[in-house]
Amino acid sequence: MTLRGQDLLSLQEMSTADMETVLSTARSLKEILSRPIKKVPTLRGKVVCTLFYEPSTRTRTSFELAAKYMSADTVSIAASTSAAQKGETLSDTARNLEVMGVDVAIMRHSVSGSCHFLARVLDIPVINAGDGMHEHPTQGLLDIFTILEHKPRIRGLKVAILGDILHSRVARSLIFGLTKMGAEVTVAGPGTLLPPYIEDLGVKVFRRVEEAIEGADVVYALRIQLERQNKGLFPSKREYRDFYGLNRRRLSLAQEDAIIMHPGPMNRGVEITTDLADSPRSIILDQVTSGVAIRMAVLYLILGGRE
Amino acid sequence: MELIEKAQIMDREAMRRALIRIAHEIVERNKGLEDVILVGIHRRGYPLAQRLAQILKESESVDVPVGELDITLYRDDLSLRFTQPQVGPTRMPVDVARKRVVLVDDVLYTGRTIRAALDAIIDMGRPQNIQVAVMIDRGHRELPIRADYVGKNVPTSSKEVIHVKVTEIDGLDEVVIAEEKDNE
Repeated sequence: MTLRGQDLLSLQEMSTADMETVLSTARSLKEILSRPIKKVPTLRGKVVCTLFYEPSTRTRTSFELAAKYMSADTVSIAASTSAAQKGETLSDTARNLEVMGVDVAIMRHSVSGSCHFLARVLDIPVINAGDGMHEHPTQGLLDIFTILEHKPRIRGLKVAILGDILHSRVARSLIFGLTKMGAEVTVAGPGTLLPPYIEDLGVKVFRRVEEAIEGADVVYALRIQLERQNKGLFPSKREYRDFYGLNRRRLSLAQEDAIIMHPGPMNRGVEITTDLADSPRSIILDQVTSGVAIRMAVLYLILGGRE
Repeated sequence: MELIEKAQIMDREAMRRALIRIAHEIVERNKGLEDVILVGIHRRGYPLAQRLAQILKESESVDVPVGELDITLYRDDLSLRFTQPQVGPTRMPVDVARKRVVLVDDVLYTGRTIRAALDAIIDMGRPQNIQVAVMIDRGHRELPIRADYVGKNVPTSSKEVIHVKVTEIDGLDEVVIAEEKDNE
């Protein structure tokens, strides 16, 4: 147990043993979500601060609920309504929060590496809730947790990740986590959205999604990040749908019991058809439930005990 | 810290007989088994609760629900420890509201585990009552808590340790007393 007091910045830096600890703790904590009164006293007196410099519904709510279910107090700062608007620097804002007694800072920021920067500035642990095009480690953990609720083990599993690999921190965390745990990962997408040297992370790269999906146990459709998409990296949403979107015909190339995943928010009819998103093989909403359990586990393991 | 086993206090037969007696006492005290549920405290309380349920099924022909409770999240020493204890599973087959809950554990010592278990159960609903069954009561209470059903009372010194072993986890059934080895 080495997570107490530590930052959680990336799955690239996280040991397999620590990932396993988070997963098994989350498995136990998930039971709390099914209780009529969702509250355990474990983190009473701890203060969790979410610092979001980019919009988010799922991740921020998920972290806040996780903290509340464990009886921690939460404060949430959204950049759009904070002193960042008056020109305060990130490190000044964070240091001010720290001296008010915050026990852990959870940050989302559009700049890759910003959470590593924050971790150097602050004494308290920092949790990365998504930094630019770098990583989103709790998303990676919740994805692995959700896969394990449907498949017996990660080792040997074939996972196809489709779409915008270039901009996706979700893909990066998932690739690091899955390859460490022994999965066989394939990626596919438009050439403009496949970062060069991605194969160095231990994944197989395909230009055609059909080749990546062939025989897959898990098919993971990434969101087309329309907000980062003004550079003409693909001609149109329609063309993306036709050549790279997940549909029934393409899914039929995967294993018969293959499961469908997506990190949300979905562009229905672009990267995934609506009938697949809502089909029994889709575990997209399970991912959201798992997210709360994973974040409860992460907060418990980082904040429990004493210095 | 090294522990040396000093003596066996109960063997397999003694544990079996104690569980049969406790099962009968539970029926007697509750005038039957209506609304009774057994809740084993993770880890060794759970197999003991399952065995009590088996005995009750054979003698009373009643299937008593068995739950498993992990009390880690309710410990009073979480903020004092250097490492976080591993969180175990909690499974409750029925709603505890209006039930007669019998908590089952291997050893009753300071009473802090039972205190945590009381909070955990009450967080899930409002039972009619809560009772406590333990294989060994070794004294040294730090809280006003007592057991309703006891396999064996064993007076101990605080240097001693009681190990209740169960086949499901330890490969055999026995209760032994051990003592910390003095390294001076």
